[in-house]
Amino acid sequence: MTAVQSIAEREREIVEEFALFDDWFERYEYLIELGESLNKIEDEYKTEAFRIHGCQSQVWLRPDYRNDKVFFKADSDAAITRGLVALVVRVLDGLQRSEIRDARFDFLDDIGMNEHLSPTRKNGLSAMVEQVKNYAREDASS
Amino acid sequence: MSELQNPTMDHVVKSNISELSDINYDVESVRNDFPILSRKIHDQDLVYFDNAATTQKPASVIQTLTRFYSEQNANVHRGIHTLSQEASDAFEAARGTIKKFINAASEQEVVFTTGTTGGINLVATALSRGILRPGDEIVISGMEHHSNIVPWQMACEYTGAILKVIDVLPDGTLDLEHYESLLTEKTRLVSIGHTSNAIGTIHPLKAIIDLAHSAEALVMVDGAQAVPHESVDVVALDADFFAFSSHKVYGPTGFGVLYGKKDLLEMLPPYQGGGDMIETVSFEKTTYNTLPFKFEAGTPNIAGAIAFAAAIDYLNEIGMDAVRKHEQGLIEYGLDALGSIPGMRIIGDGCPRASVISFLVGDIHPYDAGTFLDRMGIAVRTGHHCAMPLMNRFKIPGTIRASFGMYNTRSEIDALVKGVERVRGILA
Repeated sequence: MTAVQSIAEREREIVEEFALFDDWFERYEYLIELGESLNKIEDEYKTEAFRIHGCQSQVWLRPDYRNDKVFFKADSDAAITRGLVALVVRVLDGLQRSEIRDARFDFLDDIGMNEHLSPTRKNGLSAMVEQVKNYAREDASS
Repeated sequence: MSELQNPTMDHVVKSNISELSDINYDVESVRNDFPILSRKIHDQDLVYFDNAATTQKPASVIQTLTRFYSEQNANVHRGIHTLSQEASDAFEAARGTIKKFINAASEQEVVFTTGTTGGINLVATALSRGILRPGDEIVISGMEHHSNIVPWQMACEYTGAILKVIDVLPDGTLDLEHYESLLTEKTRLVSIGHTSNAIGTIHPLKAIIDLAHSAEALVMVDGAQAVPHESVDVVALDADFFAFSSHKVYGPTGFGVLYGKKDLLEMLPPYQGGGDMIETVSFEKTTYNTLPFKFEAGTPNIAGAIAFAAAIDYLNEIGMDAVRKHEQGLIEYGLDALGSIPGMRIIGDGCPRASVISFLVGDIHPYDAGTFLDRMGIAVRTGHHCAMPLMNRFKIPGTIRASFGMYNTRSEIDALVKGVERVRGILA
């Protein structure tokens, strides 16, 4: 028995939540609401070192390594992107590095948000996912 | 919303005046000529307000493209067979149509390119080959598109010339006093947009050109955002070089025009080497073709040229002046209607403008607004519009840009206003 949910369980939970809403408008409203409750990176860390380069909206992400697990704090200047960042963090936060490296984020398709993960959307989200995986590859001591 | 439903008297009077000015313009009939406008986006009627990025194509342009490839396709200027003759005739006839459209003196002054960017790079590169000298100065403005900045930075890097930048005033116009102060005996060239792609400002181009000429500097004009919206006469402007793109004027992508005064084009060395731009080739000495072919190496965009001529024919049929009046009516109506939204900030609100309204609403991020508007079927552009220095000038990350074309309507602007109000309801 384990207290930590797997990625699949976390993703299923999100898909179920979003299934409660009938139209896209409510789904976006909910997404923005989730962004509000994101474990936000402190302003002092909103620096170049932690900034993900998107074209239109900016994303900041900071990992915190505890044992072999990675915890994230993040933020974005755009509300929709912040909501999406919150989803990604919610799926991965506190997991083992190996689990993070293998995450695929297919659930974004199921909740109708997959388009935002495209690198051509230039919102920083796809670059963030890359960065999350890089952080999971890095040496914990670095 | 109440402000929208109860427009002020001022609003009503202004609208009625511009209603009169385009009373003969049948926008519904124009719309019927553009097949894509019947598309649904996310189950909504498409409202296409990204015309400054690219315009949609009328059926006549699409048919010309398919007809060329179905019936006429051959390479130009090379074959004596019938197809090649027909293709060459149509291709050169297109040059004649374009010449007339911008009132150039001769076909030799009409160089075919890949677009505005291609035209500016041609001039910047050619000038870098032995013409620009260390210490020469090139003047551009702080409102330019990146494609009228970067080629000149590269030219400066290669030649040791120096780039000077005209300041932008808070109202979105150029600081013309500053411009005058930048013109010296060292100024070799002024490269300036006709109208701003990012915020829509129409510059006093004739005055800018005359001032440059009195300082004995050449003038290159980025006309990409002007040609779709008003009739342009390169001779009356006295522009030395004038570049524009087909795809922003209802024609195909990948094709554009560089106008240049004949003596200047003669003076410039070639840009790219290859087929069609030569007279004779030997390993000892190659001689170049006459104008305009000297600058047209390689197989050109034949279908693009012919279909662009079809776009010009279409515009001429409707009338550039009628298009301009219709679009000015849209701008006036749009400024009024958007201006009534609380928290609305129109960038460059004091400038004469062509078909572009660039704005921000409160603290709403343009990406969020653009995403919601897209869901409502409304296509706007968000971001820095390839004018990062201008965004920095106004200390903004980007804007929401609605840009109008000949087929847009006031009810579409009403849909935009309603959409922005809805976005405000969620995010403000």
